[in-house]
Amino acid sequence: MVDIRSGASEAIPLAEVEDVELYHPKSWWTHYVFSQDAKIIAIQYSMTAIAIGMVALVLSWLMRLQLGFPGYFDFIDADHYYQFITMHGMIMVIYLLTALFLGGFGNYLIPLMIGARDMVFPYANMLSYWLYLLAVLVLVSGFFLPGGPTGAGWTLYPPQAILSGTPGGQDWGILVMLFSLILFIIGFTMGGLNYVVTVLQARARGMTLMRMPLTIWGIFTATVMALLAFPALFVACVMMLFDRLLGTSFFMPAIVEMGQQLQQSGGSPILFQHLFWFFGHPEVYIVALPAFGIVSDLISTHARKNIFGYRMMVWAIVIIGALSFVVWAHHMYVSGMNPKFGFFFATTTLIIAVPTAIKVYNWVLTLWRGDIHLTLPMLFALAFIVTFVNGGLTGLFLGNVVVDVPLSDTMFVVAHFHMVMGVAPIMVVFGAIYHWYPKITGRMLNEAMGQIHFWVTFLGAYLIFFPMHYLGLLGIPRRYHELGETAFIPESAHTLNMFISVMALIVGAAQILFLFNLAWSLKRGKPSGGNPWRATTLEWQTPQTPPAHGNWGNELPVVYRWAYDYSVPGAAEDFIPQNQPGLGMPTREHAS
Amino acid sequence: MSVMLIFLAGIAAIVIWWMGQQRLTSRPWLEVGHVGHPGGGERSPIPTARIGLYVFLAVVGALFSLFVSAYMMRVGTPDWWSTPIPRLLWLNTASLIVSSAAMQWAKAEAQRGHGATMRTGLLAALATAILFLTGQIFAWRELTQAGYVLADNPANSFFYVITGMHGLHIVGGLIALGRTTTRTWNGVVTDRTRLSVGLCATYWHFMLIVWLILFALFAGWANDFADLCRQLLT
Amino acid sequence: MAVVLILVILAVGSVVFHLLSPWWWTPIASNWSYIDNTITITFWITGFVFVAVVLFVAYCVLRFRHRPGNRAAYEPENKKLEVWLASVTAVGVAAMLAPGLFVWNQFVTVPADATEVEVVGQQWLWSFRLPGADAKLGTSESRAIGDGNALGVNTSDPNGLDDIIIEGGELHLPVGKPVKMLLRSIDVLHDFYVPEFRAKMDMVPGSVTYFWFTPTRTGSFEVLCAELCGTGHPQMRGTVVVDTEADYQTWLQEQQTFTQLLAASKEQQQTAIASSASSTK
Repeated sequence: MVDIRSGASEAIPLAEVEDVELYHPKSWWTHYVFSQDAKIIAIQYSMTAIAIGMVALVLSWLMRLQLGFPGYFDFIDADHYYQFITMHGMIMVIYLLTALFLGGFGNYLIPLMIGARDMVFPYANMLSYWLYLLAVLVLVSGFFLPGGPTGAGWTLYPPQAILSGTPGGQDWGILVMLFSLILFIIGFTMGGLNYVVTVLQARARGMTLMRMPLTIWGIFTATVMALLAFPALFVACVMMLFDRLLGTSFFMPAIVEMGQQLQQSGGSPILFQHLFWFFGHPEVYIVALPAFGIVSDLISTHARKNIFGYRMMVWAIVIIGALSFVVWAHHMYVSGMNPKFGFFFATTTLIIAVPTAIKVYNWVLTLWRGDIHLTLPMLFALAFIVTFVNGGLTGLFLGNVVVDVPLSDTMFVVAHFHMVMGVAPIMVVFGAIYHWYPKITGRMLNEAMGQIHFWVTFLGAYLIFFPMHYLGLLGIPRRYHELGETAFIPESAHTLNMFISVMALIVGAAQILFLFNLAWSLKRGKPSGGNPWRATTLEWQTPQTPPAHGNWGNELPVVYRWAYDYSVPGAAEDFIPQNQPGLGMPTREHAS
Repeated sequence: MSVMLIFLAGIAAIVIWWMGQQRLTSRPWLEVGHVGHPGGGERSPIPTARIGLYVFLAVVGALFSLFVSAYMMRVGTPDWWSTPIPRLLWLNTASLIVSSAAMQWAKAEAQRGHGATMRTGLLAALATAILFLTGQIFAWRELTQAGYVLADNPANSFFYVITGMHGLHIVGGLIALGRTTTRTWNGVVTDRTRLSVGLCATYWHFMLIVWLILFALFAGWANDFADLCRQLLT
Repeated sequence: MAVVLILVILAVGSVVFHLLSPWWWTPIASNWSYIDNTITITFWITGFVFVAVVLFVAYCVLRFRHRPGNRAAYEPENKKLEVWLASVTAVGVAAMLAPGLFVWNQFVTVPADATEVEVVGQQWLWSFRLPGADAKLGTSESRAIGDGNALGVNTSDPNGLDDIIIEGGELHLPVGKPVKMLLRSIDVLHDFYVPEFRAKMDMVPGSVTYFWFTPTRTGSFEVLCAELCGTGHPQMRGTVVVDTEADYQTWLQEQQTFTQLLAASKEQQQTAIASSASSTK
């Protein structure tokens, strides 16, 4: 897919990369399989993430079939249902979104956008991918082991996660889940070191921090957060493994399970929840911040206007990243922790709303007086704004401790987090793929298929998750395999569930069209040229498209301006690439 | 979680200090044409590998802070009987200190270009680190034979898990140090050697500090602090 | 312009859906109408913001979409506008947070005259314990669980002997009197959830959690489990009946105390031993 000419790579002068040594592939295997080129690793990461994401999509179909048409599908019994929701959640949050945003977009875009030849530790970068693949395989192996995968819910709360009342609790399911997470975290750490240090150390001359595109700011901040937050999940997984395998009681209090007194005593299930959410809340922003960054660049490029309030946007990303470490217990308002914490965590949580709102204002103010090209990336960016604002606002319900009490653990929560960290970031993923596919392959994605994909996905997803909030208001709890005969649930709620399920099937099917488009356009797409969107950032200025090994040919780019010089008064074109010295603007040269 | 929050506050202080030097309040759209220093990009003078190590140490620090946080939240519950500290641990601590000192010596010799003495230092560090690990295994055996088995009591569980995790990190360090030692076997000191030895030394000092904190924790010298944490977070 | 039209329909449609939706919270049966009010305030504020943002985006697309010869304005930032927007947002957020924290303070402050009722969760069954004539609940621990003592009440605690124990049956509560629900689990996490009462709280094995409320109308209400507790999670149902004081007292008289349960179980064991002894003869 990516054309690497080994001839070109030999010409790269090593002097300018100093202690960052560029590796050179010697055979087909080291070119395309055990590659240390960030671009290849990015594609490997993305394809694996999309493949496992499709598994999670099918799982969501199955659970929606059960919820929409209870009793029609005998093979989806309670055990299977819980296994499906668990695997769906874990795959989507960690193995799809985290891996795709950081491993996929991070690997592809960081070196190109900051003007580097590659990541600084290519070997660790390669290991990162192979550990990720191993983690995915271990995770999937759960489906084939006796007892099936774990059905503990993606939060894996003990004690039930490791007891026999939960599918996989006393079988292999929970073990492979924990091992897989541990592998993922080790692999991610190797990749994450690369993303952070590459941004710190490999920026091209002139690429100051404040000239970096917001995409890089988002990915960079998210990676720093992930490096500090994933250890919490690691610790929780290790301790739970000990509880499950060796009978320790980190999380296990004295328990009488099905009439049997268990050996363990004194452990604290709440301790697990603290560790889990200490990772889990930053995780939300680990997914959201790259999406924030990417969507800023999409909007700016396709509205032909600089991102409004760039400095505010950077500060907001950093502040959101920092604050997200002190809000974790808002997932635990009704967990039985000391209720006094509610005051603190509700306040910090609602404070985060302010920088987040500023980002939203700046996105829409970028549209104001822009020159809006309604390309597919722009459409997805608009869809992101709508769904993110919707999901973010319902977060104000759940973050406000007392409002959370009736709504927590209901379908309202499910609708909220799907809208805000499912639909909205996925909109950005799609927008980003439509945007950067021409750079990765040299061809445009098919527009007609893209339009169908966009409208079905956006409107379908909104129609799935917006009404779902109201099921939660009604009081329907989440994680119910069937609602049963329940007095307060009217017949119409079942009709709504049926509608949601049908929409879910349709939206899922549209993703198959998208995958087809990805494959079809590879050979038959319209050739794009090097800079089809007339964008300013460095990745569009590479000498070859797709970029060759080493990215920049003989000379590294020099950066003369920030990433958002669109429609500058007096300039000949409505964009000025970052590596172009003050063209067409003699008066502004001295302004600093 | 208070230990982790204190650790994060430290990280935040470093980040804020660093960001303070990055001109985050500048107006980039007014700075057209300015390209900074010629020759080389916008990197810091610190070698890239060293920055990578610092970031990695931050991750390792987070990991142990979280283990200690969990320990603090569990310590002192009614079913908690402190694990006695085997006297062997003092010896192990001493060997780890010697190991760290030997690394420092090797680093200094590398700076001076003395290949042969540097090699001696590296070997001494390797040997004492292996001694530490062996000592740890004997300490485990001593405890198990005295009846302090893993699942018997949360204090034991934490002791084995945390020392085990620390031991694994030492093993990882040994692999890196072993590679460095074999690469420098010919005694020729290059810039690369200096960097590798320096990185190993930093890692060694860091793991020593982690060990000293853990040792203080297990010996019960941190109990007052634990009480304070528990009052804050229960 | 399809995009503009769809965005407008989406914004207006969401509001219409909200107003006409038949799916709304169940009629309240406790004192926590404050919570409902806070939700209503939050709906107004967030609904306004949502509609405003989406309509603004629609307007921008309509007004500033690309036409040949168009060029975007150049405006890197507008400090004044940003500060102003941030301040308005902060005020809006505070308007939601302040009543929220105020009500939360009430939620965690149990009135002194609240009677204690214990709820015990296990896979997948609700049990209840009411203080007996001495108005005190006896202590409990899971190690004490055994025959005739499914809830693990300490037999050595005199306060516990007259406690009223309801295994898997209905809980009755008198209307208009505040109750403090003490929540306990003997196996995994559960969550005692009655939609009409609004309040809920996880039950954590190894500790006792609580919430309080005052039932405000009589009737029979369904108890659900709101924290995933294994395969039987959706089937874990129970019933709370809110009675008038007179009905409540009648019901209370019919319930068995802990002592009676212990005695009954002992008798049962003896007859079982006797019958097995006679059958072997």
